[in-house]
Amino acid sequence: MAVAGMPEHFEGLPENVVVSRLDELGSWCRKNSLWPMPFATACCGIELMATGASRHDLARFGAEVFRFSPRQCDLMIVAGRVVMKMLPVLQRIWQQMPEPKWCISMGACASTGGVFDTYSVVQGIDRFVPVDMYVPGCPPRPEQLIQAIIDLQDKIQAEGTLNGREFLSAQQQMTKRALVELPILGQGFSQP
Amino acid sequence: MTDQQTTDEQATGTAEQKVFEQIATQFPGLAESEFRGQTRVVVSRDELLTLMQALRDEYSFDMLVDVTCVDYLNYRGAEDRFHVVYQLAGTDSGLRLTVCLPLNEPDLNAPSMTALWSGANWMEREVWDMFGIRFEGHPDLRRILLPDAFEAHPLRKDYPLQGRGERHNFEVLRRGEG
Repeated sequence: MAVAGMPEHFEGLPENVVVSRLDELGSWCRKNSLWPMPFATACCGIELMATGASRHDLARFGAEVFRFSPRQCDLMIVAGRVVMKMLPVLQRIWQQMPEPKWCISMGACASTGGVFDTYSVVQGIDRFVPVDMYVPGCPPRPEQLIQAIIDLQDKIQAEGTLNGREFLSAQQQMTKRALVELPILGQGFSQP
Repeated sequence: MTDQQTTDEQATGTAEQKVFEQIATQFPGLAESEFRGQTRVVVSRDELLTLMQALRDEYSFDMLVDVTCVDYLNYRGAEDRFHVVYQLAGTDSGLRLTVCLPLNEPDLNAPSMTALWSGANWMEREVWDMFGIRFEGHPDLRRILLPDAFEAHPLRKDYPLQGRGERHNFEVLRRGEG
């Protein structure tokens, strides 16, 4: 069957053969089999559990296998506030996850610190670990988290590559503006 | 609240007054105040350990409910910077007593109560962590809540609410480095 734009040597293939790019095939496999790492520290974790339970049923999107070992996961869902004593733990868990991996910052606290503008609460985990999707809400409803996972699936399908080239692009490497402007005082708090 | 409960509370209030009158004969320097039926005793550092020993052994205050601290910086009418507050209770007598120890900089040392109540161990560590009061004789005076590398004592009133940048001071992880 002749399709516009198809290379000539593909002509004559049977109709039950699909032609794709390897990157797209790999991304299609990855996006429909996300294994979340539930980093649930607060009330957002309750909504995260509800998302995985029967009513909202995250299994419809292939992301129901919550694993408590980061080595078996490729999607970290940070649900809840992260304090400065917890952040090195968070970073270590992120580093233990195998590539390719993604991160969802769920709720106001994980994304910005929320109402906890105090000395001990990290004002947004995206200052210290990469974040792909932000979910607003306090806490977000399961529908919002599902929407974020669907959006993440679209992102993986759109930019994903087999060898993870998209993670090395300049945009991903940029330091966040807020982090540059904030004063950093004292030493000795970073042991991820 | 029924009338019966009200009279009971007044009765315990008077019982604690009686306890105080007995203690005051042994420790003449004690200051006492009462607020809504609760008795508070202010004691100096030199007398604290003997007072607590006497309260535990002679006046049946066998339980140290809490050790905490108040920072009276810029507080209206306050004379001392810190009050270390000990909440005592008698599990048999039902009496409750608050013992306050005023402290001022630079000498923020208090005798540890761990020898009398081993439950004081973690509570004194928390006071050290949050207020920087040193407890002499404590077996293991380390921070209990904050990371060991933390340098300030954040519940002091002169510590800024948003900290001194500790929460921003971490290594930044980026993509493609894992």
